[in-house]
Amino acid sequence: MSQQIKPPVVHLKNISKNFPGVRALHNVSFDVIEGEVHALLGENGAGKSTLIKVLSGVYQQEHGEILIDGNPCLLHTPHEAQRAGIATIYQELLLLPELTVAENVYLGHAPKTRWNTINWSELYSRAEDILSSLDAEDINVRNLVGTLSVGDRQRVEIAKALSQQARVLIMDEPTASLTETDVNRLFETIRLLKKNGVAIIFISHRLGEVFELADRVSILRDGGYVGTKKTSETNQGELISMMVGRTIDTLFPKTVRKAGKVVLELKNYERIPLTKKTNIKIHAGEIVGLSGLVGSGRTELAQTIFGITPATGGSLELNGESVNIQSPEKAKKLKIAYLPEDRSQQGLIQPMKILENISLPLLNEISPRGIINNKAEEQLAKKMINQFNIRSTGNEQIVELLSGGNQQKVVLAKWLATKPDLLILDEPTRGIDVGAKAEIHKLMDKLASEGIAILMISSELPEILGMSDRIFVMREGVIVAELNRNDATQEKVAEKMMGVEQQ
Amino acid sequence: MNNSLIIKKDTKSENTLQIFKTIIFNQEMVLLLSILFLLIVVGFINPRYVSNRNLISLFLGNAYIAVAAIGMSMVIISGNIDISVGSLIGVLATISGTIAEAGFPIWISWTIPLAIGMFINFVMGILVAYFRLPSIVVSLGFMSILKGGLIMFTGGAWISNLPDGYALSQLRPLGIPMPIYFMVILTTLTAYWMKMSPLGRSFYAVGGNSEAARLAGIQPKLTVLKVFILHGFFVGIASVLFSTQLSVIQSTVPPYLELTIITASVVGGVSILGGTGTVIGSTLAAVLLAAISSSMIFVNLSPFWLRSAQGLLILATVLADLYRRQRQLNK
Repeated sequence: MSQQIKPPVVHLKNISKNFPGVRALHNVSFDVIEGEVHALLGENGAGKSTLIKVLSGVYQQEHGEILIDGNPCLLHTPHEAQRAGIATIYQELLLLPELTVAENVYLGHAPKTRWNTINWSELYSRAEDILSSLDAEDINVRNLVGTLSVGDRQRVEIAKALSQQARVLIMDEPTASLTETDVNRLFETIRLLKKNGVAIIFISHRLGEVFELADRVSILRDGGYVGTKKTSETNQGELISMMVGRTIDTLFPKTVRKAGKVVLELKNYERIPLTKKTNIKIHAGEIVGLSGLVGSGRTELAQTIFGITPATGGSLELNGESVNIQSPEKAKKLKIAYLPEDRSQQGLIQPMKILENISLPLLNEISPRGIINNKAEEQLAKKMINQFNIRSTGNEQIVELLSGGNQQKVVLAKWLATKPDLLILDEPTRGIDVGAKAEIHKLMDKLASEGIAILMISSELPEILGMSDRIFVMREGVIVAELNRNDATQEKVAEKMMGVEQQ
Repeated sequence: MNNSLIIKKDTKSENTLQIFKTIIFNQEMVLLLSILFLLIVVGFINPRYVSNRNLISLFLGNAYIAVAAIGMSMVIISGNIDISVGSLIGVLATISGTIAEAGFPIWISWTIPLAIGMFINFVMGILVAYFRLPSIVVSLGFMSILKGGLIMFTGGAWISNLPDGYALSQLRPLGIPMPIYFMVILTTLTAYWMKMSPLGRSFYAVGGNSEAARLAGIQPKLTVLKVFILHGFFVGIASVLFSTQLSVIQSTVPPYLELTIITASVVGGVSILGGTGTVIGSTLAAVLLAAISSSMIFVNLSPFWLRSAQGLLILATVLADLYRRQRQLNK
């Protein structure tokens, strides 16, 4: 036989796709070979999702072709893509919580008996085989998926893909909602898949992960193809400038500020059993980072301060006055703002206009004599849209139609319109692209300079380290460490988070 | 190729097109055009359909449905539903008639139904908002209680000894029947209020995303309770308009009344998922439904077609709504 090089498992050639008025993809080429992890990078709206949808048969390209093992192939439906061996794991896992792990893995193609009923013993043993091939024997195939952690569910999704003989696995931001431990375990699984010759397309906003995991990385910008690099031959700075088309020299803006008077002081503040005896102080003009694993009580602490789950003990002083906050309404009146973790579930009224979302906390203020002052409302929204650089068709656009980063800016705008003294940010940049992220970081810095006290929760250590003046670390509902900006390192914070003590 | 054409579309003409599209695809406009279309087509087949007399009786007999649909629209916008509305109208109409027959002053027989309607909806609102029971279950329970109670107490007897001056709906200031005044004025005022008051806005916010509304300082439970009480007020008015239409009150629940009212809201553009819609839409839809029902007689169709027509209309509206949203999202 000749020395012919094996063609890539999937090769996209000059793909273009338009939506009315929008060029979603233009002349994009991309390929992935057996046993390779190929990362796909780009800001939100760069065309990553569209490309994935073309590859998984949800959309059809207008130009260009898809080659599978070197053969041109038409993927008209997700089912055809599946049959071609392409499986996609979306950000929102598509599992049925009321069914067992095994049933989920074999959903739609469960082994049958000759009476055409489900062969349960076969189903369980095959599911077990697949899970053990992923080194995931710890997951009981008879458990309901609803009882599993997010990390375990993700591994079930991977098993499901393998049960369909997937040779190409597309993972859309798989680590977005995982804890550090789960991320590590997921990476082990991915490396195992790689060794078995599965081709993996990996999408993530976290550059660190891309370097840790990927062999090659391709960058998209505004629907166009920018380039492909070997991860061993590039660096974070280069990738970022390829993504945004400019160099971001300082990733985290940092102005030297002087902390003012104490804005918030918690004394033995608690909400049993979620958080216990918290003692912290936050000053005006200070950004305080709150770090911890998911479930450590960091979000719960924020929600207790904001009155969503009122405290069961201890005291809270705001600007030196002891106050009792029983509801978000009360917190709002006391000039506290809370940007929630989940922007679509808690932050925005999706079917409403930008303008209506922004004015929501201020409805009574802009309604003298009980009638909304339209002019005041419009001016407020316009001012905020300009100040926050919210890219939209205007005041009247429905927020559902905005990109993630712009939605997040609407939530921020809404809360800053209330002119808070204390701003609590829960994962302010989760799931938004690098450009918007930098903008939000710059804004935070500016707000702190204006004298707002900021408490920021984040799962991203670089963000915590880069933005905070001081850092609190929480574990199991308790503050376990306070670190100064200068002493804090990723290792130190991570150790405290996970309870590993140095010898 | 024509791709470049799509992309490089001149923004000005696109804007004009956009405005044109917004007007045309606006639910209210679609309904208005449908009503006009129906009047012209059926009027052409049978001119008696568009005679003054028929049009007035068409409004007279259906205005109360539009009034009840105002309240229903608020309930649906807030993310809830009320399927007991038909039974409540039956009960309140009977109470109104009974009070009038017993010789109490007429204004009492006109206002007591409002108070009782608000009270009953207050109880439902408490169960929905504070006990977190799904509104469909609560109102299903109330539907049975009210319907059963009505038959138990009246035994199905008609009320016919109504005093002079009771028949509010039969008054005709300036030659226009009273119910039309109620329908037009209440719809206009409520539409303005829903758009311009903080409370009206909060109905939309709670229906759109109750949790986000709560975090923004709105109290969703209290808001839902207020929605139900207001709904009770409109149901009260609707029941009086209904009971004073004829010179007898039948002491029964008009069949399918709740479905007609809910249909008016949904066809009027109120999203069944909550958060969007207007009462102008629901009133126009109530008029359209009435016009369809009346047209069947004039073109010699069996009135049994009416139910099917209503059903098709609901499906068509929801499908059109879904299609529109999908297209917006895919942009």
